[in-house]
Amino acid sequence: MNAFLSDTLHLLLRHLRTTLRIPIWIAVTLIQPVIWLTIYGQLFRRVVEIPGFGAASYIQFLTPGVVVMTALFGSAWSGMGIIEDLSEGVMDRMLATPVNRAALISARVLHAALTVAVQSVIILLFGMLLGARVEGGIPGFLAILLLGSLLGAGMSALSNGLALVTRREETLIAVVNFFGLPLTFLSTAFMAADLMPAWIRALARANPVNWAVLASRDAMLGQAWGSVAKAALMLSGFAAAAVWVATQAFRAYRRST
Amino acid sequence: METAIACQDLKKTYKNGVKALDGVSFSVRPGEIFGLLGPNGAGKSTTVRILATLTAPDGGKASVAGCDALVNPAGVRLRIGFVAQASGVDKWGTGTENLTLQAHLMRVPKAEIPGRVSRLLEWVNLSDAAGRIVKTYSGGMKRRLDLAMGLVNEPAVLFLDEPTTGLDPETRAALWRDLKRLQKERNLTVLLTTHYLEEADHLCDRLAIVDHGKVVVEGTPAELKARISGDTVVLDVGAEAKRAADLLKPIAGILELIPDGACVIARVEQGATAMPTLITTLERAGISVRSSTLSRPSLDDVYLHHTGRRFQGEGEAGDAEKTAGKARP
Repeated sequence: MNAFLSDTLHLLLRHLRTTLRIPIWIAVTLIQPVIWLTIYGQLFRRVVEIPGFGAASYIQFLTPGVVVMTALFGSAWSGMGIIEDLSEGVMDRMLATPVNRAALISARVLHAALTVAVQSVIILLFGMLLGARVEGGIPGFLAILLLGSLLGAGMSALSNGLALVTRREETLIAVVNFFGLPLTFLSTAFMAADLMPAWIRALARANPVNWAVLASRDAMLGQAWGSVAKAALMLSGFAAAAVWVATQAFRAYRRST
Repeated sequence: METAIACQDLKKTYKNGVKALDGVSFSVRPGEIFGLLGPNGAGKSTTVRILATLTAPDGGKASVAGCDALVNPAGVRLRIGFVAQASGVDKWGTGTENLTLQAHLMRVPKAEIPGRVSRLLEWVNLSDAAGRIVKTYSGGMKRRLDLAMGLVNEPAVLFLDEPTTGLDPETRAALWRDLKRLQKERNLTVLLTTHYLEEADHLCDRLAIVDHGKVVVEGTPAELKARISGDTVVLDVGAEAKRAADLLKPIAGILELIPDGACVIARVEQGATAMPTLITTLERAGISVRSSTLSRPSLDDVYLHHTGRRFQGEGEAGDAEKTAGKARP
């Protein structure tokens, strides 16, 4: 356990360092949420006027949705890093050391979760600048970070698992593109549940992205703390299952080379 | 420990059906630089990957630095350095960061890490570049960092998979000097794979020629050359190599005849006296000899003798796993 924790920490530091040294990444991270909030905020501004939408301002409604959408997309690309390590021989070099095998996955998952937390802070602050209010106060703010990070951890684990199975950037790109937007639009990120067709509403119920969106919105409004806690638990379960999948994929990878 | 590396009858078939190893056996003594020589797809990389515990064989035994690689891979990992063909350094980290992380993963005591890292950087002449991101390093600098990474735990055995592929001649010579120095100063055992005959000849104390997943011969370069008696005569006969070989067959004193492209390669007991006979025989039959050379057997001839093919150092190398399929359909 000791080796697991210390190896995770050292590898996590490596991943954080890498992130900070790719300036274009930081630029995109800062600018993208601004674009989402501004464009979607303007584009759909008047949907709140639809009877039954049930929100006072669209930016208030949208901000948690953008937090979760960014968490989803940011972490879904996490597997790219492991593919780079595979093709550049970094993985082989590490596997020839006594490094704790589970730490190689957990460091990447933690890195994704931390990155999501930082991005979420930026989005929330910008949303507040545009007029969104975090009625839930500091607990609400922190709850949103937690929900986003849990979703990010799960998605990054799945992404890493897929990367270890396919070992090709092209496949990962295709899968993320294929599932990313449907997962977003089969949630209440942009549209209130009451206005959704029944079949989409049914699908959304099984969508972890939607769990995070709904709970983040509740946390933002400072209401229904019980269902926020329930969503956090469900997302923890999702993350744990995803990490298990990634671990199995890693085991299969090591056997197959 | 009387053998640093011993492997016995290693077998490995990949999932895609490529038979990489078909019973590889050899042993390496402590303090020896041992070379695995062979073309791409011969099984060199697979052998190293098994010994470095990166992959498990289907059959056979392997022990490294006193540990059984199959039963106690963790023990092996603590005692070896592994430098893969692909560099394996983190290009977004600095030299110091790469070495420090490697030292942690290799379980170097925490207090010793900073001192060891800076000593190693100095040893491979990278002190000035220690704080720079590896992405900015030249190929030679990266290779030197690779070597330092492989040495961070002061290993008993160092594995180098095609360490000089893609390096310019000066950097290659420098790496050879470094390895000789390590051997002398630290009695380090080195197992390296190469497809450069010259490298095997100059650097290795002993070597094994690997072909089609098997060791075809093992010994010191001098031994291997001495074991092949006679001299090598190469006659350039243009397009008629096959006919020329048939014509030369009855001549006494010829040990081996191999047509090779436009040339006939003949191994003869007495090169100097046989050469005129060979040439006149061919000229009489109407085959003109465009050029001829006479030499003592080289490693090239050793290779030719044992595999029936001339050695071709392939330029750009991929992993054995990747190219094995192409090499042998």
